Amino acid sequence: MKILICLSNVPDTTTKIKFVENNTKFDTNGVQWIINPWDELALTRAVELKEKNPSSVETVAVISVGLQDFEATIRKALAIGADNAFRINAEPKDAYFVAFQLAEVIKKESFDIILAGIESSDYNGNAVGSMLAEILDMNSVSAVSKLDIENNTVLVNREIDGGTEQLEVQSPVVLIVQKGIAIEPRIPAMRGIMMARTKPLLVSEVVSSEEYCKPLTYELPAPKAKVKLVDPENPAELIRLLHEEAKAF
Amino acid sequence: MSVFVYTENWDGKFKKISFELVSYGYAMAKQLNVDLHIVSIGEVNNDELVKLAKYGAMKIHQVKTGINVFDPKVYSAILSALCQQAAAETIIFAHNNTGKALAPRLSVRLNAGLVAAAIGLPKSYKPFVVSKKLFTGKAYSDIEVKTQKQVITLSQNAYGIFENNSEAEIIFHDMSDYANNSAIKLKDVSKVTGKVLLNDAEIVISGGRGMKAPENWGPIEELAEILGGATACSRPVSDEGWRPHSEHTGQTGKVIAPNLYFAFGISGAIQHVAGVSSSKIIVAVNKDPEAPIFEVADYGIVGDALKIVPELVNEVKKLKKE
Repeated sequence: MKILICLSNVPDTTTKIKFVENNTKFDTNGVQWIINPWDELALTRAVELKEKNPSSVETVAVISVGLQDFEATIRKALAIGADNAFRINAEPKDAYFVAFQLAEVIKKESFDIILAGIESSDYNGNAVGSMLAEILDMNSVSAVSKLDIENNTVLVNREIDGGTEQLEVQSPVVLIVQKGIAIEPRIPAMRGIMMARTKPLLVSEVVSSEEYCKPLTYELPAPKAKVKLVDPENPAELIRLLHEEAKAF
Repeated sequence: MSVFVYTENWDGKFKKISFELVSYGYAMAKQLNVDLHIVSIGEVNNDELVKLAKYGAMKIHQVKTGINVFDPKVYSAILSALCQQAAAETIIFAHNNTGKALAPRLSVRLNAGLVAAAIGLPKSYKPFVVSKKLFTGKAYSDIEVKTQKQVITLSQNAYGIFENNSEAEIIFHDMSDYANNSAIKLKDVSKVTGKVLLNDAEIVISGGRGMKAPENWGPIEELAEILGGATACSRPVSDEGWRPHSEHTGQTGKVIAPNLYFAFGISGAIQHVAGVSSSKIIVAVNKDPEAPIFEVADYGIVGDALKIVPELVNEVKKLKKE
């Protein structure tokens, strides 16, 4: 089987969010960019599967929409263990634009399993994976927390409210994955970093597409009122406040 | 033209979120002066369906699929057909696992812009502008939809529930033929029963590293039991294996919005706060007066959570006896 992971480049999760140009633009000044955490876990799992069973997983590739400066992140994915990469040379706009660009490249290749993180930690669109499936007329399963391949059958766990379903899915399929698919992302080893430099990275140009949505302005939440501190010797007072003042129970 | 709402059911029952979606859809349909269509897929009896009418449902479509598993491809084909029949311009889902799986597929099928995690009614209809959360609640943005139709997922507890008693017309559709080639097979399902689920809970009691060891979770579980709440934890706690991963709240875990959130022995790393900041009231207990959790908390005690949590449990017990 051939596995493809869709990568998105996001600000490090500890980034202090700021906006500039009259709150119309995200301030990228000093931002450290990382592989979207869920995409990184998906890649980790795909590489594990290939190592465990090289006869069932033929290749692991990664794909992303981004400009030249995103190549550092792509090389990191190759260092973690992807075999080859695709980059579509464009600034990622809305989710539909990204899914459309990915689909154009994927149509020319053939993949059995496409993995996408449940959301990007910046715009929280929760959309690219499922949109891609619809554009390619493929099956999709969301909230996937476990992936195995047995005798060419794709077995996944899907998280539901208060439980887990075990599913068997026909490929080709797009799996939208969340935490659990792997617990910790793999750290690239020195050998991987050296090899990453020479692995194939195919760059393609953007295809024109419609714009569905456009952010107009951004804003930060209003600062919260100061915390009301209660004397540690008087926990009863906290319960009284929650009951009478906040009417929380 | 119409507003179209998908209401999910859980073993044939609706939840608070279903009623919130109907309330939201009703308000929008009223502002636009168009019909409201509600769609429910799977087995739900009429008594349960009629409950939706309390919040403003006009036409309720009940769909039979003949499959026992949620298949996003099949479901979106069904919804798309019904949307076209109803000339739907705005399609609304919950911002939960099911909504996130369906809304993007519908967006592509109907050529409709998608706004995920909307936080209220549109600011304008022409052009269609609505506010959404981004950076996991660390910021908001007004989004303009450029297409004629739009698909929206509504953030949990973002709008509220409002009664608008209406007449309900229930329309039955047998759409089993859509499910003929479902590619998803359900092998097994495991479910916790009798516990309040983290996503549904009005009150969440969460512990962090300050609780020191998994055996100290007794009072947290007890408090959850007494208050009818759910238990949660911070990331280090689930990474250590003290608590299951399903309890991890924060940016990479579950994002929740209960009425009341207790953070016991949680310092409040930016990723944790992002996952809980939509809670209405946050209560923090932490030894460190400089802990960032106090910046977002409404009430707090500076002190050792190990000592204070059991005391709080006793106080709540006293209160419940009165």
